[in-house]
Amino acid sequence: MIEVRNLQKSFGGHRVLDHVNMRIDAGESVVIIGRSGGGKSVLLKHLIGLLHPEHGEVLVDGQNIVPMNERELIEVRRKFGMLFQGAALFDSMTVAENIAFALRRQRKCSEADVQATVTEALELVELPGTENKHPSELSGGMRKRVGLARAIVYRPQILLYDEPTTGLDPVISDSIDKLIISIGQKLNVTSVVVTHDMRSARRIGQRIFMLYHGKIYAEGTPEEIFASQDPIVHHFVNGIAEPRQHLLDDI
Amino acid sequence: MRAPDPARVARDWLRGLGEFTLLTREAFVSLFKRRPEFKDVIYQLYFIGVKSQSVVLITGAFTGMVLAAQTYYQFHRVRMDTATLAVVGVGMCSELGPVLCGLMVAGRVGAALAAELGTMRVTEQIDALRTLATHPVDYLIVPRLMSTILALPLLTIESVAVGILGGYGLCRMYLGDYATYAWDNMTKYTNVSDLITGLIKSVIFGAIIAMVSCYKGMTCGEGAVGVGRATTEAVVFSSIAILISNFFLTLVLTRLLS
Repeated sequence: MIEVRNLQKSFGGHRVLDHVNMRIDAGESVVIIGRSGGGKSVLLKHLIGLLHPEHGEVLVDGQNIVPMNERELIEVRRKFGMLFQGAALFDSMTVAENIAFALRRQRKCSEADVQATVTEALELVELPGTENKHPSELSGGMRKRVGLARAIVYRPQILLYDEPTTGLDPVISDSIDKLIISIGQKLNVTSVVVTHDMRSARRIGQRIFMLYHGKIYAEGTPEEIFASQDPIVHHFVNGIAEPRQHLLDDI
Repeated sequence: MRAPDPARVARDWLRGLGEFTLLTREAFVSLFKRRPEFKDVIYQLYFIGVKSQSVVLITGAFTGMVLAAQTYYQFHRVRMDTATLAVVGVGMCSELGPVLCGLMVAGRVGAALAAELGTMRVTEQIDALRTLATHPVDYLIVPRLMSTILALPLLTIESVAVGILGGYGLCRMYLGDYATYAWDNMTKYTNVSDLITGLIKSVIFGAIIAMVSCYKGMTCGEGAVGVGRATTEAVVFSSIAILISNFFLTLVLTRLLS
């Protein structure tokens, strides 16, 4: 279970998160939506301690991770897996080495077990036979799949996804969405997905949080959010830009 | 363009110094407490040590020859020709060997370390490491620090050796068979303490190069501009730190070892 209390974060005097409060229950699949540059990824990175807030608490299974140092956070992070926006694969390693990284660092499995787990993870993300390729040889969608395999290989309890479908074509996006849903079901993990892809949000999320001007502006099931008559929520989920009337008048 | 605010520049500089000190402390604690991956250390030793050979050997050989030539021209006037190689020996062992070797490695390795870690930072690979329950200091900095500390004294010894051999070759050219006396004088006036001074300096220069370059890479700004700036600063700051610390090390080590 993750709980965020009064989280505040600024960059260069600009407040990105302003007293954010949210609660994510174990096994739940949550989507955070909001405008580009609105602080969604910043909020996600606070959940795993990659960023430190100016104020507020982040509780992971009841443990406040904000005052922890980098070494103390290592234990907490073993509960997490994260898929980055650009996949963030280690470009000096092959696909297999990327996926096996955490297992080899833990030194708990034999090399044969590591190889078998890597093969299994690649089958799960539908990329069998790519073990010896380097990240530079993969397409954007394939990199995200490898990033996902790397995040799930050590069976984390919580999976964080930072814009998993951004920059991908609709077909690949659809396959990534299905993958996120199937992994959530098969591994019974808590999923937190940051996206501004409304189709993905509707399909993946059991609950949706909308971040607006640094605050949680709306919260509800996908049905509630998509049926909302609030103008800000309605414009966002339907992709309607606010007309700049004064500019139109000038024209 | 507005002039930078001096108070802000001073604050940023002090903050940077504080961060650098904490990172260095963390790296040395990790170096002694945790076991780095053997294969990472070997790879870095190969990259830092073996691949720097040509640069260091060329620098050492030509520095030794230039020093011998300049010393010979001056000493020849006062008929002290056979003391030429003694100056080369002492100069190469205690000063020129470690300093020039340090500067060349700072240029070649420092830039590469900062660029590599900087690129990893801007592409979120360092954040990915952290999410995989790996401390970046343990995985990225410690093998590089250990390898640079091990490689630099060895490179310095090589540099000193080829420098002295180059100087001896030049002495043979000018002095003919009397070069043997020059060699004898060198062994008489170059002490073990000169070599130890050079080796202690090279260990410290190795630590400076690794820590400054890793710090610059790990804290670099966004994008290609950020990586480029970090790379330049890594080389410039490492070089300046080597030259300044060399002065103080000379004062301290000469007093301690003489």
